[in-house]
Amino acid sequence: MAGTRVLVGTRKGAFRLTSDERRTDWTVDGPHFPGWEIYHVKGSPVNQDRVYASQTSGWFGQVIQRSEDGGASWDTVGNDFTYQGEVGEHQWYDGSLRPWSFTRVWHLEPSLHDAETVYAGAEDAALFKSIDGGREWTELSALRQHDTGPQWQPGAGGMCLHTILEHPIDADRLTVAISAAGAFRTSDGGRSWQPINKGLRSGEIPDQDSEVGHCVHRIDMHPAHPDVLYMQKHWDVMRSKDAGDTWHEVSGNLPSDFGFPIAVHAHEPETVYVVPISSDSHHFPPDGKLRVYRSRTGGEEWEALTTGLPQHHCYLNVLRDAMAVDQHESCGVYFGTTGGQVYASNDSGDTWAPIVRDLPAVLSVEVQTLL
Amino acid sequence: MSNSVRVILPAHLRALARIQGEICVDVDGEVTQRAVLDAVEVKFPMLLGTIRDRATARRRAFVRFYACETDLSHEEPDAPLPERVVQGEEPFMVVGAMAGG
Repeated sequence: MAGTRVLVGTRKGAFRLTSDERRTDWTVDGPHFPGWEIYHVKGSPVNQDRVYASQTSGWFGQVIQRSEDGGASWDTVGNDFTYQGEVGEHQWYDGSLRPWSFTRVWHLEPSLHDAETVYAGAEDAALFKSIDGGREWTELSALRQHDTGPQWQPGAGGMCLHTILEHPIDADRLTVAISAAGAFRTSDGGRSWQPINKGLRSGEIPDQDSEVGHCVHRIDMHPAHPDVLYMQKHWDVMRSKDAGDTWHEVSGNLPSDFGFPIAVHAHEPETVYVVPISSDSHHFPPDGKLRVYRSRTGGEEWEALTTGLPQHHCYLNVLRDAMAVDQHESCGVYFGTTGGQVYASNDSGDTWAPIVRDLPAVLSVEVQTLL
Repeated sequence: MSNSVRVILPAHLRALARIQGEICVDVDGEVTQRAVLDAVEVKFPMLLGTIRDRATARRRAFVRFYACETDLSHEEPDAPLPERVVQGEEPFMVVGAMAGG
């Protein structure tokens, strides 16, 4: 029987949650790296035993860990994230210019095409690539050195590159997203980049139609339809049918279109999940009810999924990297909360149950469907 | 001439380096912060970047260096360490700065 491994990054360590295909009984393993912030843990789609973790600390900086046994044991790999070429400057909160400076890796994206290739999205916004399993990292610096780079500025959480989508067939085509610069695409393996923010409108910036400056929170796609992108922006849920060339809003009947994660069903390319949050000033669900919203129509029409989720006095958040789907025949959906719960649904979101309730605040959730 | 210098690392870095207790590193030439930390990183390469910034080689902001009941954090990296550290009578301490609330 196939297995399921949920990889959870938290403010105070990493956890592995494992089950079989039924996904009703779970084993919890951790914390790995106790006391460290684990921004992201993700397994290779090519080699299910290889898992990467971004381990970080305000005191001791950035460490990248790699496992060759599915996260049971770990070894450090490279952590030299030196920006290439002339470093340059970007906007700071007060409008001054500030040199780009590496803080941490928010997101690790093992390649769909090659077990040795992995991408890292960094704060201050930059994209790094390793072709030797994380030992050495090279910045794809044309992104940071884009003409608009000096206009980029951090959101409240820092200027992070948090989304890395690899085209399922064309390994040279990548889509990335940066808070608060927007979305960018390369078709030549990172030698050149194009902002893809047309149609985004953001009330937080003076020119709502600006080419950059939009606070994109997360983008996802279905591999069968790689030109169809779904975005949870600071406010607004957006859809593109042309790989990001243009976007249109699909927030529809959501109770709030503010939120962080967005995920696409494993087998239904038009089925999308979001977790509405009341506002950028509240950062908790509307009405104290934790509700995942599902659209089966690519957005616009949304239904609340509440069975098994707290519907009273719930005031937590679900962060941008903290939602994932598995590949089982009955698609599993998972998310973690800042309250330390990890919820799972083994029926595409119809019903939910907590796998674990009292972890540190959850920063990221990924899932591996094990053969 | 080589000196064996005692070094105490904070708990998180001991866990990362998979060591317990204090360590000793051999330092050739003058015993300075830079020489000691270079020797620590050669012996425990997983600590690269955790005490000093990878890009600038400067002390990370929330890391402190103490020895002989003195805060050496703001000393020049190439300044000689106290003689008692050089002689192995006192450890060179790498400390995570206090934080809390």
